[in-house]
Amino acid sequence: MTLNRNTRIAAVAAFLAIVFIAVPAAISASGRFDLYYTLTSVALLSIASAGVWLTFYIGRINIGQGAYALAGGYVSAILVMNHGWPFWPTLPVAGLFCAAASVLIGLPILRLRGVYFAMVTLTLTEVARLLALALPVTNGAKGIVSIPLPGALSVFGVTLIPDFATLQNSRLAFYLLAVTVMVVCFAVMYRLVNSRIGRLCQSLQQNEELASSIGVNIAYLRIIAYAVSSFFGGVSGAIFAAISQSIYPSSFTVTDSVNFMLNCFLGGLGYVFGPMLGTLVLYFGWDLLFQTGQFQLLIYSGLMIVLMLVLPNGLLSLSEVGRKKG
Amino acid sequence: MAELLEVSGITKRFGGLVAVNDVSFSVREKEILSVIGPNGAGKSTLFKLISSFLRPTTGEVRLKGERISGLAPHIAARKGVVRTFQETTIFKNMSVRDNVVIAHHLRSKASLFGFFLGTGAAKADEAAFGQSADEILALLGLSSLANETARNLPHGHLRALGIAIGLATNPSILLLDEPFAGMNHDETMRMVEMVRRLRERGLTILLVEHDMPAVMKISDRIVVLNFGQKIAEGTPSQIQADDKVIEAYLGSEDEAIGL
Repeated sequence: MTLNRNTRIAAVAAFLAIVFIAVPAAISASGRFDLYYTLTSVALLSIASAGVWLTFYIGRINIGQGAYALAGGYVSAILVMNHGWPFWPTLPVAGLFCAAASVLIGLPILRLRGVYFAMVTLTLTEVARLLALALPVTNGAKGIVSIPLPGALSVFGVTLIPDFATLQNSRLAFYLLAVTVMVVCFAVMYRLVNSRIGRLCQSLQQNEELASSIGVNIAYLRIIAYAVSSFFGGVSGAIFAAISQSIYPSSFTVTDSVNFMLNCFLGGLGYVFGPMLGTLVLYFGWDLLFQTGQFQLLIYSGLMIVLMLVLPNGLLSLSEVGRKKG
Repeated sequence: MAELLEVSGITKRFGGLVAVNDVSFSVREKEILSVIGPNGAGKSTLFKLISSFLRPTTGEVRLKGERISGLAPHIAARKGVVRTFQETTIFKNMSVRDNVVIAHHLRSKASLFGFFLGTGAAKADEAAFGQSADEILALLGLSSLANETARNLPHGHLRALGIAIGLATNPSILLLDEPFAGMNHDETMRMVEMVRRLRERGLTILLVEHDMPAVMKISDRIVVLNFGQKIAEGTPSQIQADDKVIEAYLGSEDEAIGL
């Protein structure tokens, strides 16, 4: 965090160049177009993980992000299919729906701390799945399928985004969409964390009683952080539904919720970009271990335990080790 | 001197236990008032009642005539009643300076959203907070430790940091929870000096304390609690001569325990 301004700008420019130019160029050169789908997933999962990271930042272990991703997916799908909305406005609406739901849910449960909050959020994902099965509007276990691809987005007659259905390569379009949303989300997070709000969140994380004694409205701040977190979850779920053109009660399960949390742990809870790196490593790590067949889960979980023991502050803490030595 | 804080007929019951029973007293402007009492006398409960960390069963606390009991702690702090904590309650992973800067929260003119956008008001706030934090750190002798991570501070300095955090909120009355606990004689004397300096700056101070010599030295007036009830109130010399206080501290059946 001690990087000076120029280094930061250079780092951001390099990152943008990689994700928007180098990666598409490399993929079209190698012909591995399937990587678009993988990287799109990584980008979307890292958005949801970023939300989880934010709840960690106020001292809450959140294992319920899957619920909001699922809800976001359904909101977008229902608006498109049942109400004839175009895809684009459903994206913020899905996020806002999740944020509003999280305010109602958060009001009682954010009073809990530690493992108690974690347990309640863990059940949230399951509640969301059961709701999706039971509600008439979500169409039960059959889910919502054949969702049309996002149409064109025009503002004042200027087409900003072309109709995905007319594109030769909608995978590239989805990749660019997911990465753009990811960049915006992480920019918002970076700004949040490095403004006074970030320090207020840290004060909550470190001592809620003291924070309230200096006049911080801790209940309000917790709700804000949780709502932003759930907004990210909803947006990520909505894009997922658009890409897979379907959403089922099992689209996001408890496993996904746990993975969102693991992404944060792996990348580093002290670093804004931790969830991004964590998601990338975890996603590809899991795929690489596919070669090991039946031992995949064993090796994977073993590695995770070792990593948490050796690097309790996540992969990004490695950068500080190097800096201290140098 | 005008009365700043008024505690009237305050009672707190926990189930069948009456921790504080119908206690009334008032704190005058710019005075140092101590609340003392044997273990279990209800000092801590009273402290939490005044700082709004507990809600009284009956009775109320008023600041400048305005009722503050029953409000949330952060609203009581906004009104000007701010407490410190007994143990090493600080933001342990922040630097000493950041601890004090963040405690200026109540003084911020910019909204949270303004801070997010980095508006002019937010930048002005940040600059003013930094300057004020440096002054407070200098006042409490913490300047040289400003960039240290708070958790690494030695015990005595931690207590000072706790007070610095309280000061940063710009309170009308600062409530100190056992500021001398666990300190040796020299540390206690330094803390006594520090508290006096705060008063000279116009602050009103209420403290809850065990350490008798320090309380006698520092207080303008003392309120004595025993079994949740106020048994005496007065200047240090009045309290030292009070039969009820002596009885409460030494016990009336000295012979029974072989003294």
